[in-house]
Amino acid sequence: MLVTGFVLFVLLLSWIFDEAAGTGGLLTFCGFALALFGGFTSYWYSDKLVLGMSRARPVARETEPYIVNTVEALAIAAGLPVPACYIIEDPAPNAFATGRDPRHAAIALTRGLVTKMDRLELEGVIAHELAHIQNFDTRLQMLTAVLAGTVAYISEWFARSMIWGGIDEDNGGNVVFAVIGLVLAIVAPFAAVVMQMSISRKREFLADASAAVLTRYPDGLAGALRKIAADTTPLRVANRATESLYIFNPLKDRNKGIDGLFNTHPPIEERIRRLEAM
Amino acid sequence: MEWVAIIALCCGGGFVVVAVFLIALYNRLVVLRNRVKNAWSQIDVQLRRRYDLIPNLVETVKGYAKHESATLEAVIKARQVAVDATGVAAQGAAENMLTSTLRSLFAVAEAYPELKANQNFMMLQEELSGTESKIAYARQFYNDSVMSYNTGIESFPANLVAGILGFQAAEYFEIEEAAKEPVKVQF
Repeated sequence: MLVTGFVLFVLLLSWIFDEAAGTGGLLTFCGFALALFGGFTSYWYSDKLVLGMSRARPVARETEPYIVNTVEALAIAAGLPVPACYIIEDPAPNAFATGRDPRHAAIALTRGLVTKMDRLELEGVIAHELAHIQNFDTRLQMLTAVLAGTVAYISEWFARSMIWGGIDEDNGGNVVFAVIGLVLAIVAPFAAVVMQMSISRKREFLADASAAVLTRYPDGLAGALRKIAADTTPLRVANRATESLYIFNPLKDRNKGIDGLFNTHPPIEERIRRLEAM
Repeated sequence: MEWVAIIALCCGGGFVVVAVFLIALYNRLVVLRNRVKNAWSQIDVQLRRRYDLIPNLVETVKGYAKHESATLEAVIKARQVAVDATGVAAQGAAENMLTSTLRSLFAVAEAYPELKANQNFMMLQEELSGTESKIAYARQFYNDSVMSYNTGIESFPANLVAGILGFQAAEYFEIEEAAKEPVKVQF
C-alpha cells in the first residue's frame, strides 16, 4: 500500500515537472528510467554494495563457531536457508540484514554486538534480522531507497533547468505549473525521505514481534535493545545511507521534535515496552 | 431437448468445480505433510551431529579428569539409548536424558582448570551447546509444522477426505522444556 502510494507520488511529481518545464514527457521518462535502472542494479548488487560500504567481512565457521552456530540455529527455527554471515570489526553493538530474498540474504554483526551480548540477547538480535529477511523487508528497503533517490534526482534536475533555462512557453511550459513545480522540487525530496522512514519504522515493530515468536523469548531482544541503547560507542562505518538498515539507529543523534519524522527507527523505549508486553 | 443440455452443462460445471477444489485441498495437505517430514529430518541431522561429537568429548575429558568415569559412562550410555531410540516419543525421552548427562559432564569439567583451557575441549563445548540450541529450534519448527499440518487435516472440509486420502495426524516431539537461561553450576 505505502509503496504503491510512493510510486504514484514519483509519477505525479515527474508529470508536474513535465508540465511546468514543457519537456513533454521527457522528465517522466527520465524519472521512470532512473527508477528502473536503480531498481535493477540494487536488486542484484545492493547487498554487496552495502556490505562493502560497511567494511563487513565473511565469517569462517572454523574461527567463529559461536556466531555461525547461533545464526544457523535461528535459521532452522525460522525454516529459512542459512544466510551468509558477516562481521564488522567495530566495538559499537549493532547488526543489519540485506539481500533481495531469503536465498540471497546476508546478516552482518558488529564485533561489539558479539562480545557485549550473551547468547540469548544475540539470538534476539539475529532473530530480528532474520525476520526482516523473512518479511522481505530487505527488498522493500532497497525499493524505497531507490524511489527516494529518484525523487531527489528529478527534483534537482528540474530546479536546475528552471534556474538556467527558465520557462519555455513556446513548448507549452505553464507558469502555474512552474510555481507548483518549484515548490515541489524543494519539498518533495523531504517528503520522499519522510515516507521512506515511516515505512522503515513500521517494519521494525513487525520484525521485533516476529523475533519474539521465533525465539519464544522476547526478553532476549528487549535486553539486547536496552544494552545497545545504553552503549554510547558510535558506529564508525555507518552513514545516512545505511542507517536505516541497522537494528538500532547507529548515528544516535536525532530523536526529538521534527527530527522524529526522519527517524529510521521507532523510539527504543516503545520497542522495549511492546516486547515486554508480549 | 434444450433443458437436458442445460442440466448436463450444470452437472459438468459442478463436477469441474469440485474436482479443482479437491485438487487444491490435496496439494495443500501434501505441502503441509512434506514440511513436517522436512522439519523432522532437520532434527535428525542435528541429533546425529551431537552423537558424532560426544565420543570426541568423552575422549578429551578422559585425558584430564580420570576420576569422573561414572559421569563419562552415564554420557556414553545415554548416547547409546538415544541412538537406538525409535519413534518420536521414545526419541524425546532419550534426548532429554542425554541433555541432562551432558550438563552434568560440563558441570564436572568446571573443576579441572587445565581441561577448561584445552582448545579442543572449548571447541567441543561450543559445538555441543550450539548443536543443542539447534536441536531446540529444530524441534520448535517441527512442532509448529505439525500444528499447522494437524490443523490442516482436522479442519472442515479437509477432515472429510483426509482419512480417505491417507493423511494421518503427526506426533509432536515433546521434551521437557529446559529453562531458557545459562546453566548455573553449584558445588
